[in-house]
Amino acid sequence: MSASASAIVESRPVVVNASRFRAAHEAEWERLEQLVTRMEKRSIRALSDDDILALPLLYRTTLSSLAVARDTSLDRSLIVYLEQLSIRAYFQIYGVQTSVWRQLGHFFARGWPEAVQGLWRETLACVLLTLASAAVAYFLVRADPGWFFGIIPESLAGGRDPSASAEALRRTLYERHDDMLATFATYLFTHNSQIAIFAFALGFAFAVPTILLILYNGLMLGAFLAVFAAKGLAFNLGGWLAIHGTTELFAINIAGAAGIRIGTAIAFPGRDGRTEAAVRAGRPAALAMAGTVIMLAVAGLLEGIGRQTVVDDLSRYAIGGAMLAGWLTYFYMPRRGRNAPVRP
Amino acid sequence: MRPFGPKRRGPFSMRRGFVTPEGVDLQLELGTAGARAGAFMLDSLMIVTILIVMTVGLAFLALASKAEMMLILWLLGFFILRNGWFSLFEMSGRGATPGKRLMGLRVVARDGARLTGGAVIARNAMREIEVFLPLSFLAEQTAQGAADLFLTLFALVWSGIFLFFPLFNRDRLRIGDLIAGTWVVRTVRASLGADLLYSIERPRRTFTEAALNLYGVYELQTLEDVLRADREEAIATVAGIIRHKAGIDEWSNDREFLSDYYAALCARLESGLMVGRRRENKFEQALTRR
Repeated sequence: MSASASAIVESRPVVVNASRFRAAHEAEWERLEQLVTRMEKRSIRALSDDDILALPLLYRTTLSSLAVARDTSLDRSLIVYLEQLSIRAYFQIYGVQTSVWRQLGHFFARGWPEAVQGLWRETLACVLLTLASAAVAYFLVRADPGWFFGIIPESLAGGRDPSASAEALRRTLYERHDDMLATFATYLFTHNSQIAIFAFALGFAFAVPTILLILYNGLMLGAFLAVFAAKGLAFNLGGWLAIHGTTELFAINIAGAAGIRIGTAIAFPGRDGRTEAAVRAGRPAALAMAGTVIMLAVAGLLEGIGRQTVVDDLSRYAIGGAMLAGWLTYFYMPRRGRNAPVRP
Repeated sequence: MRPFGPKRRGPFSMRRGFVTPEGVDLQLELGTAGARAGAFMLDSLMIVTILIVMTVGLAFLALASKAEMMLILWLLGFFILRNGWFSLFEMSGRGATPGKRLMGLRVVARDGARLTGGAVIARNAMREIEVFLPLSFLAEQTAQGAADLFLTLFALVWSGIFLFFPLFNRDRLRIGDLIAGTWVVRTVRASLGADLLYSIERPRRTFTEAALNLYGVYELQTLEDVLRADREEAIATVAGIIRHKAGIDEWSNDREFLSDYYAALCARLESGLMVGRRRENKFEQALTRR
């Protein structure tokens, strides 16, 4: 090779594809960038009607610019710029943009009841587990009151144990509290919701901890029932429980069912890959779990305020029964367009 | 997409295909484990700060009047901070908590569809076992004063599994991401660099076939980086190497020489693209005219 490997010549500037391309489309890219920046800083409301109409067109132009640039241009900075701009525009256009109110409306109208409906097998299993473990605890404690202390920690019993007199037990059922009712209700709501979320998350460990939690819940129920039944107070305890318990136990069972759905999807993914199965189970289960937080807020009000002010057994049963009927109708009432595509 | 799948060969890359409904692959870049840990730290810091401010503020108000009201507000505030901070921010259009925004991260559905409320709730409810369970273990231990060795070990192992879970799969998925079908990507914004060639109006050098056959796309883009960075020594070194390889002994302005060589090489490789021949790097066969 010689010195003639290069030579300076008077020639028109070399025009590469990137330059040609920029000259043709740079204005559109810049406009899209401006719009997207404004939307990122504030929201879609920062755009005028003209801008909103232009947005999808500009987005598609930029996308096709990117596709062309990747195939014909070697200017890396141009390609990177177009990639980033397209991604930013994509997020603004396809991100969660529907208003909060529409999302909430959809949640109450379809998302929540359909998610709970979809969990009916697991929910039924949880209810049966609760009943079975309650029965076991009931018969154990009736046969040998010593079992009571094996099931229920002393701090939780609060004197309601087999050694308590019928009068003392009756008093705990009908005691009227007048102060701090709202605080008590709030405490019950946050505490129980935390447990529901916990039960859901624990389902990840192949559902085992969730099932244990549900079983223990049933055991406590049965043990208390046995103590009160021994003194002939079973019907009264039923009212005390029913007023909030139909809502609360239902919520806990749904949260448990959601956790079990996730655990079983991971343990037994079936035909799909494990990750696909987990996602398909996870999203609707999370909606059902979010719904239980609302149910527990209602239960907290019923327990914290309703039970302290309503002391008549039949009224307590009536309120509890009405709540249960309401929830069952809301969740399992047949809906039209059930097969329409639903995004969990 | 398949964290449990067989290992792929090839160098590890954080870029993942992401096909839009229009059919263009946008190539998202995943957030690194470090950035995500940083974002979580920032969020935790904000939550704790708000909690302290809220507690002190409500305590003062409670002293003034309506103690019960303040207690209720505190209970609800605590509940929302703990369970709602992440979900509510990620459900908003930005798909990111304040911490994630500061670190340039964003939550995206892995299938390219809209990020739904169900997904956001699922990924954040899992924090309950990832973060709060070991935390409450520790809190209980400290409260009781007597640290049971077995329980402490169990808590450590448990939190270790979940904390480092993202490092054990190639997509950096948390347990929550796994369940929700999401991943966390970087939101980078690049500005369009100046056009390297168009603006220059002066006589250009031309190069022989042999001199232009030296390099491929990879070298061209490295040269682009050198020109854009515009550092004196780097330009001198690179110009020297190219002159040496091409056998050019003309030692005038380095920057102009490189710029001209870049233009000529770019035009030549692009003309190769037009006929479907892309020379990836200098080790591939040169584009020869037949």
